[in-house]
Amino acid sequence: SWVRLCEECSRSRARAGELRLPPGPGATPVFMPVGTQATMKGITAEQLDALGCRICLGNTYHLGLRPGPELIQKAHGLHGFMNWPHNLLTDSGGFQMVSLVSLSEVTEEGVRFRSPYDGDETLLSPEKSVEIQNALGSDIIMQLDDVVSSTVTGPRVEEAMYRSIRWLDRCIAAHQRPDKQNLFAIIQGGLDADLRTTCLEEMTKRDVPGFAIGGLSGGESKGQFWRMVALSTSRLPKDKPRYLMGVGYATDLVVCVALGCDMFDCVFPTRTARFGSALVPTGNLQLKKKQYEKDFRPIDNDCACPTCQKHSRAFLHALLHSDNTAALHHLTVHNIAYQLQLMSAVRASIVEKRFPDFVRDFMGTMYGDPTLCPTWATEALASVGITLS
Amino acid sequence: THQTLHTIHGLPAMAQLTLSSLAEHHEALAEYKEGIGKFIGMPELLLYCSLHDPVSPCPAGYVTNKSVSVWGLGGRVEMTASKFMAIQQALQPDWFQCLSDGEVNCEEATSIKRARKSVDRSLLFLDNCLRLQEESEVLRRSAIIGVIEGGDVMEERLRSARETAKRPVGGFLLDGFQGNPATQETRLHLLSSVTAELPEDKPRLICGVSRPDEVLECIERGVDLFESFFPYQVTERGCALTFSFDYQPNPEETLLQQNGIQEEIKYVDQTKKIKTTSCNQEMTSFEINLKEKKYQEDFDPLVRGCSCYCCKNHTRAYIHHLLVTNELLAGVLLMMHNFEHYFGFFHSIREALKSDRLAQLKELIRRQAS
Repeated sequence: SWVRLCEECSRSRARAGELRLPPGPGATPVFMPVGTQATMKGITAEQLDALGCRICLGNTYHLGLRPGPELIQKAHGLHGFMNWPHNLLTDSGGFQMVSLVSLSEVTEEGVRFRSPYDGDETLLSPEKSVEIQNALGSDIIMQLDDVVSSTVTGPRVEEAMYRSIRWLDRCIAAHQRPDKQNLFAIIQGGLDADLRTTCLEEMTKRDVPGFAIGGLSGGESKGQFWRMVALSTSRLPKDKPRYLMGVGYATDLVVCVALGCDMFDCVFPTRTARFGSALVPTGNLQLKKKQYEKDFRPIDNDCACPTCQKHSRAFLHALLHSDNTAALHHLTVHNIAYQLQLMSAVRASIVEKRFPDFVRDFMGTMYGDPTLCPTWATEALASVGITLS
Repeated sequence: THQTLHTIHGLPAMAQLTLSSLAEHHEALAEYKEGIGKFIGMPELLLYCSLHDPVSPCPAGYVTNKSVSVWGLGGRVEMTASKFMAIQQALQPDWFQCLSDGEVNCEEATSIKRARKSVDRSLLFLDNCLRLQEESEVLRRSAIIGVIEGGDVMEERLRSARETAKRPVGGFLLDGFQGNPATQETRLHLLSSVTAELPEDKPRLICGVSRPDEVLECIERGVDLFESFFPYQVTERGCALTFSFDYQPNPEETLLQQNGIQEEIKYVDQTKKIKTTSCNQEMTSFEINLKEKKYQEDFDPLVRGCSCYCCKNHTRAYIHHLLVTNELLAGVLLMMHNFEHYFGFFHSIREALKSDRLAQLKELIRRQAS
């Protein structure tokens, strides 16, 4: 289900490839926008398609509650329900164990959630998660993993890692549609190199179509973050895609591509749009601020998205100070476009064998001087042979 | 967004902007210099600038002999004729409603004195604005729409119409004719008398009237342009327009529709009030409420045969889900449908007028209005 193009950066671990999934191909490296509840926060499927998005995310926990797997199955799966003609990835519901930790309880059986909507209790077991994802019909499904926040230390981390392996096996056993849906494993182990290594050794023994690197992108330091990513990619098979969950910011994306990751997801671009923030190569623009009141330039002169083609910062500023939601849609469109365009540019540079130069240009634009680039990023890039100055 | 707006078929050539939302941005627009149409990314649309937003009524008691106020998000903006014209100079709309005293409405029994004042003030504002327009090349490119006032006092209404018609206005806005069904007959009678006094070759606009049945009554009495806030209100309450305006359908379709209509009416509770974010309006019988549980598993489009983006791509079940989960997309899709449906209705009105079948259309709408 994933083909690695011959293009591989000869310096770093970056690779370019293509996912081959039933709805259609998807280029990697890829950023996957998050459409939690079968919608991309105010953007139509047509708009998302026009931006070049070929894979996006749905969330098993939320959809499992509302509208529920039976209804979605009647609607011809998640693709049919939201009328998305391209690829879909669903996560297992595991992350909600962390994000909704006060409403959840983990045992060997599974995760017990108390619904925030009606107080009802649901048990999300590996079997149940796969069952729901089978009904949703997404092209890539994720194992249910025992997720702990990256700031947790102690025996809980080890427990979660070993349990994730057991849950992976249960997911594989329960999976009813391996021919149509690709089940990915999720490497856990927190910030402990030994635990992570054990997890990698064990999980790579299982024949799954792809691997995700989980348990990161929480509250951990960036120094620890990149080391765990690098450790993971060094031990994952080269001929299968690597999905780094919950990443994110532009710099993180570029660095982690250099470290050998292929797929990413994050709510950041769509969420920050709804706060009036537009992503640009130099960071972001807080368009609600007064300085944009008479700024008649587009968000980004080089951006091909509909928002930048038609509208100015001043207009968006005025819209943000009105009582309708149009500004949020404009910014969501732009921010998704920004992320997708970034990934396209990264991929082109890998294919054209100039990825290290691309990285230097990118960092230069973002931080001004290479010396102003964050230490963790400089170190991470250096570890795979890319120097910035 | 522009993208989603342009998927709507039958989009009118003219859009309405409100001074209440724009007045505060006067400075930025003046510096921009190229007018509001270009600023909002819609240079191809004709633009009409009204004083107020029909959906947000403004507090009374703020019109003086010298000024009128509008309410933006930042508060009250008081405008004398010269400030008003300065703002219009920055906006450069194709048409704009002239500064007027719109506080006297047909609804309340108005004192003759107050009605007379509304007419006098509005004429004075009009003359001042016309004079200021003369002095500016930019302003001369816009047409001023004269405003007919006078409350429910026939004499004053006629005076307002005759006097306004003497001025070189681009068209006429019939103000203060909105109201509840109880006073409808009186209002419509006044309306007929007013339009009879107006020249045939200039457009007549009316504000505050947007419901399909009321629209038809006004068209019969000589009105040409309407505000499109009704589909917006329908959207805001999570509803979709489903009324039929196909006054010459084939027999099978008629049967299907009649059965459909009866089914919908059975479920609609006339006095049901649905609280929404921006309007506490009652749901009408022209629409269905997608939040209702019965749509949870309804995989039909909102309206069978509708060619809007929402109906061509999505189901009632999906819209229901989006509403229940408070997703932004619900409003986007519903607005696309409701606009297309509403503009389709107006298209059928024009067709009916051309083929002299307005009575049939009116009967069809009347049947669905109860």
